[in-house]
Amino acid sequence: MAELEPRPFPPGRYPLIVVGSGPGGLQLTYSLGRLGIEHAVLSDDPAPGGMFRRWPVFQRMLSWTKPYTGFDHASRAYERYDWNSLLADEEENRGVMTGVMDGTSYFPSRPEMERGLAAFTEKAGLRVRYRCRWEATRREGDDFVLTTSEGEYRAPVVVFAVGVAQPWRPSTAGLADVPHYGELRPVESYANRRVFIVGKQNSGFEIATGLLPWARQIILASPSPTKLSVNTHSLVGVRARYVQPYEDSVLAGGVVILDASIEEVKQEGDGYRVRTRAAGDEISMVFEVDDVIAATGFTTPLLDLPELGVATFGQSRLPAQTPYWESATVRGIYFAGTITQGSQGLKKHGIPSNSGAVQGHRYNARLLARHLAESRFGTQPPRAELKADQILPLLLSEASHGPELWHQRSYLSRVITIDPDDGIHDVGIVPLAHFLDSPGPDAVAIALESNGHDDPYPCLYIRRRGAVTEHLLSPNPLLDFERDEHRKAITSALDPFLSPSLSRPSS
Amino acid sequence: MAVEDVADTIAGFALFADLSTPQRERVVHVFAEQWFADGEKVLRQGLSGSGLYIVLDGAAAIRIDGVDRATLRAGDYFGEISCLLGEAPVADIVAVRSLRCLVLPASQVEEFLNANPSVMFRLLQGEARKVRNTTKWLS
Repeated sequence: MAELEPRPFPPGRYPLIVVGSGPGGLQLTYSLGRLGIEHAVLSDDPAPGGMFRRWPVFQRMLSWTKPYTGFDHASRAYERYDWNSLLADEEENRGVMTGVMDGTSYFPSRPEMERGLAAFTEKAGLRVRYRCRWEATRREGDDFVLTTSEGEYRAPVVVFAVGVAQPWRPSTAGLADVPHYGELRPVESYANRRVFIVGKQNSGFEIATGLLPWARQIILASPSPTKLSVNTHSLVGVRARYVQPYEDSVLAGGVVILDASIEEVKQEGDGYRVRTRAAGDEISMVFEVDDVIAATGFTTPLLDLPELGVATFGQSRLPAQTPYWESATVRGIYFAGTITQGSQGLKKHGIPSNSGAVQGHRYNARLLARHLAESRFGTQPPRAELKADQILPLLLSEASHGPELWHQRSYLSRVITIDPDDGIHDVGIVPLAHFLDSPGPDAVAIALESNGHDDPYPCLYIRRRGAVTEHLLSPNPLLDFERDEHRKAITSALDPFLSPSLSRPSS
Repeated sequence: MAVEDVADTIAGFALFADLSTPQRERVVHVFAEQWFADGEKVLRQGLSGSGLYIVLDGAAAIRIDGVDRATLRAGDYFGEISCLLGEAPVADIVAVRSLRCLVLPASQVEEFLNANPSVMFRLLQGEARKVRNTTKWLS
């Protein structure tokens, strides 16, 4: 009877504080709990779920949970196909989303996502102090002091998992006065109206898709051309679910998609006049419309953290982070959840990590918990001794089935250290940037990568005497890398390591 | 940084000197902004998948086999050779203090340069200066 228990985490000093109860905060508190790390969790919200308690506005997720894959829903390999469940060690808490979806779509509805997160919170016994709003931050000695709606909290380490969902508008004249993405009216009220949507990302196309049966005309405009995920082979660009307005546009159904700067939005009578300047020929156009909606993106609600020295970058004002998601400029402040996209990793071929989505950042949170336990609480890193003949099967199996590698390409890697004095050890999942840029013993890391046009392919990174070399493996149309060609390529790259002198038996 | 601020910053860079204000704003939309902490690697010698980087503020070292060879500052660019040749960078680029850049993935560089011939010409001038300096040094 959780509701009869006193509220957890009263104001005071804690070894670690997590702020936020969306998927990022929930995954982190779960993983910290499994490692026995004492911490408090505070949230402004009345219940778990974060932004999924409200959004997406058209009430269906963009991330899938595929029911039939040939893998057991409680298996690690299944995580590759289930983008929405949080990660658990216990079988009964894994793949939670499969139990709350009604089967009508492999994209859960927003209420199903919210229910899944609530179910995980309850089943895993996660504790959060809800309705406790973080309001200000200051330093006192080695502690951060968080002023909240319920009093002061202190901790030497604070993890902010507060999302990237604060509406942002560019300084275009008149745009400040139009509704933002989250302020959309009921769709019926757009019947037979002309709607101008500023922004051609997923949020703009989501609204356009939802208004197709209602609006008379929909204009989508922003300076740069629309990218489509099916073309970028990544989550960069508009997802296939929202491409219908694009087809409507090219088949002349009433949708207009423009590459143009929005120069002014002016209210006139019951409607608006929107002035644009086209990207190519710089021709100015004026649109008379009934509604304007700003789908212009979101920022990170960092409150006063920049004044404390937290460096940010880009339009979303993401905090710059180390490969282990610590502020690059203020030690002791960490991030979890979708904010971890500020730890950019290699961005090979310009493709970002999937840290902006649950299927990516859930792994960041689990690694962050382990990193905090080791660096701040003195726990020993887990490592399993391997025999030389176990290296190849482990690398091949990770490339084919490792969910961390699949969801976080060129970002998370599986690392095996190979030290003639210390033996061979599987040290688990490591951020690739950390592996590449940190000193360490001879080692091999495997990651999965994409170049934006071919099928994904595995990539080996071999560190010998401090220098790292890259070995790209070939893609496979069936995404199966446990094949002879890959076996041969890895064996040849690892040849110096696989000498008989290292093949000592495990104890 | 806001789009307008970045557009103002690059107005002072030789590479974009011939562009109009709306054209510069579009450059900012096409490129992504990245921030690097002191000592952080931006490009890694021998690793595929690079891009064209423009330094907005801060500085970066060109490091070959662990030895710093030159320093890049606001308005300088790097990664263009690996983008144009489709090869991995031959140097590490490492942030000195903090570094803020604009970046365009290699796969989009050709399209961008074709759409902005004045930038292509300025880039060519920059490469010509490098060849001239190398030739002088060799002779």
